Amino acid sequence: MEKLETNVINTWCPGCGNFGILQAVKLAVNDLIAKGTPREKIVIVADIGCNSKIADYLNLSSFYSLHGRSIITAMGIKMANPELKVIVFTGDGAALDEGISHLIHAAKRNSDVTVIMHNNRLFALTTGQFTAVSPKGLKGKSTPEGSIEEPINPLELMMAANSSFIARGYSAKIDHLKNLIIEAVSHKGFSFVEVMQPCVSLFNNIEFLNEKAYETKNTELGSREKALALIKEWNYNEEGKIPLGLLYKKDRPCYEEEMNKNIVKDKNPEIEKCLQAHL
Amino acid sequence: MSMKNKKDYSIIIGGAAGQGSRKAGLIIAKLFNNLGYNVFINEDYQSLIKGGHNFSVIRVSEGQCFSTREKADFLLALNEETISKHEKSLEKDGYVVFNKDKIKKAEGIGIASDKITKDLGGLPIMSNTALIAGFSKAMGIEWRVLEVALRKEIGKGIEKNLEIAKKAYEDTVTVLKIEKLKNKPSPLLTGNEAIALGAVKAGLDIYYAYPMTPATSILNYLAEHERSFNIITSQLENEIAVINAAVGSAFAGKRSAVASSGGGFALMTEGISLAAMAETPVLVISSQRSGPATGVPTYSGQSDLLFTINSGHGDFTRFIVAPGDANECCYWAGKLLNLAWKYQSPSILLVDKELSESTFEFDSKILKQIKKEKAVLWNGKGEYVRYANKENGISPIAFPGDKAIVKGTSYEHDEKGLSAEEAKVIVLMQDKRLRKFKEMEKEVDVPGAVNVFGKKSAKKAIIAWGSTKGVALEVAEKLGFKLIQPLVLQPFPIKQFKLALKGVNKIVLVECSAMGQMEKLLNGYGIKIDKTILKYDMRPFTVEELERKLKNI
Repeated sequence: MEKLETNVINTWCPGCGNFGILQAVKLAVNDLIAKGTPREKIVIVADIGCNSKIADYLNLSSFYSLHGRSIITAMGIKMANPELKVIVFTGDGAALDEGISHLIHAAKRNSDVTVIMHNNRLFALTTGQFTAVSPKGLKGKSTPEGSIEEPINPLELMMAANSSFIARGYSAKIDHLKNLIIEAVSHKGFSFVEVMQPCVSLFNNIEFLNEKAYETKNTELGSREKALALIKEWNYNEEGKIPLGLLYKKDRPCYEEEMNKNIVKDKNPEIEKCLQAHL
Repeated sequence: MSMKNKKDYSIIIGGAAGQGSRKAGLIIAKLFNNLGYNVFINEDYQSLIKGGHNFSVIRVSEGQCFSTREKADFLLALNEETISKHEKSLEKDGYVVFNKDKIKKAEGIGIASDKITKDLGGLPIMSNTALIAGFSKAMGIEWRVLEVALRKEIGKGIEKNLEIAKKAYEDTVTVLKIEKLKNKPSPLLTGNEAIALGAVKAGLDIYYAYPMTPATSILNYLAEHERSFNIITSQLENEIAVINAAVGSAFAGKRSAVASSGGGFALMTEGISLAAMAETPVLVISSQRSGPATGVPTYSGQSDLLFTINSGHGDFTRFIVAPGDANECCYWAGKLLNLAWKYQSPSILLVDKELSESTFEFDSKILKQIKKEKAVLWNGKGEYVRYANKENGISPIAFPGDKAIVKGTSYEHDEKGLSAEEAKVIVLMQDKRLRKFKEMEKEVDVPGAVNVFGKKSAKKAIIAWGSTKGVALEVAEKLGFKLIQPLVLQPFPIKQFKLALKGVNKIVLVECSAMGQMEKLLNGYGIKIDKTILKYDMRPFTVEELERKLKNI
């Protein structure tokens, strides 16, 4: 295994779900490298939040973007160099609150990047406020009497936005998650991987997740009905089981490849010809 | 002066939106351009698709012109409203040329454009061709010149158009003879088109945008010519996406540019700050329109100067240049893209609706002055350190995909690009950037950063920037003022500005804003303004208007 760590001291809380995700990512990246993806061709794009500190911890090319902007920054990188494998690390707050428009549009245009959304179901680094996927009634710093908003189902949202790859993993199931990440990065087109994780300091739902989460597989990957049935099993409050695995996959042309298809390497622009039309 | 001897004409052509007055105006401008006249077109239109009242003011003259006059010599009316709105602007010996099938009561040269078009089986829009042909005949423009212009401008249905034009031409009487001049025709470009060409010449790879007047036509123009320019144009979900995508593409090695106006530019400012911290080159074009907020979308203004100077939170310097005509738009769009890459910095080209959408004579030689200049690249030796602490503050750049680990970041960071919170590291990296800002200042405090026109020895000086330069130039020359036009606004070229002020004891600021923003900027450099002439009806100054205001100074 290649050493993928930097020497930066890890500041996640002891027992944080991010450690499991980091481990799965390292295993997946090593697997990709072993199978022939040069390390230099992998770029990670981090958002802002506990999850995004991964940019400091991994010795890979990275861009530590602004809050909510990781997905669109990643698209910019992929557009500039379609040979790169671009992996985004974002939290539920960044992807579903601050940057939700970029998530929806990236899925819609089938941007060829992988989004790993760490879902601890609240803003943690700002010490605990509700996000779009917090359960109704969450008592956070900004909602001391409990949040009055119903959560959204991000996977249902991804179905609506026509994401070509939708999966869910769990930080405690490292090997399962590793495989999902490998599949997601290998998928040509937009891939969305939601990773459930407890926030041990502010929203420790580890028992809830252990009880509800189960590994499954959509036996008909391209079927929207089957995918939606699995996706709707859990309502992001208390009800239902939480299916883990690859839930939907359907290939279609990806954005950056389409946008680059008429670009001719090293060709000079034809300006003179264009000026003639202005005479 | 009798009209027969003068070689400076003003033509207003107007109609409802959707009637094609702008295109018809451009054809007329090209006719005069081919006859050797210098041309300037100002567009006045409203925020609607059909109806309303749109008009183009076309100035054609023997000498250079970048501005409009109050009075018109010819009024071309596609509808009744054009006459009622502009009758009072017509010179005593001026002519009204109109569609007599639509307008019953007018006096002047009536052309049966609708009837001719209908009789010959043309489409309703071809009625404009009849009007142009009638106007050309009335002005004594040869059929041959008209035919060439029409063939060039009209692709589809040209033969039918020519048939209609011929009939209207034959039916109209010549009332005066426009003299042919010796000047060669120049390409006619809007400021936005010139910006697009300048950026492309300097190696633009990717253009991201979200449509917003008056910046939209950069997107439209680049998209139209995407293949011949060998670039990518991408329309995204909002301006925040646009700037962040551009930063991403630049981080991965592609020259990227974006444009917007007012509120859209405001949304981009988080990304301008990001580009400064991550030291990622990006060219931002901001075309001002009337504000605050949505303001008057299709009218101009110069009231975003101070906002632009301070755009983006945090301590940093960005390049800001405000060109004053299409040639300067082209040159500085290219120059700023190169400077962005040389200094790994955000660069802003600050224009306005009058520059973006007016049509100017373009000097193609400008393009020869622009080439893609190399950035300071990593030499490929040893371990790559993205933010290496170099003497001049410029850390050699490498891109992901090169044989290097490249870490760009929005956080304060150490030399490797890893997040840093230690006091010592924060100071080290801010100092590195401060040294770079000093280099940026040296780069632009050079001749060309401030233009001087008019009477160079005059004690009275006008300061005008952006599109106001054009009208100020004409009036300065006429009244014997010196004209000082600051182009580079940040880092401010104080040495060049003080040189320009030599011998001046009275300074008048002319600006299209309500609060005189340039005065506040100059005050910060110890320069006092004696008088401000401000206009904030969001229309440009006409020559006569500015002349009256300056006469008694």
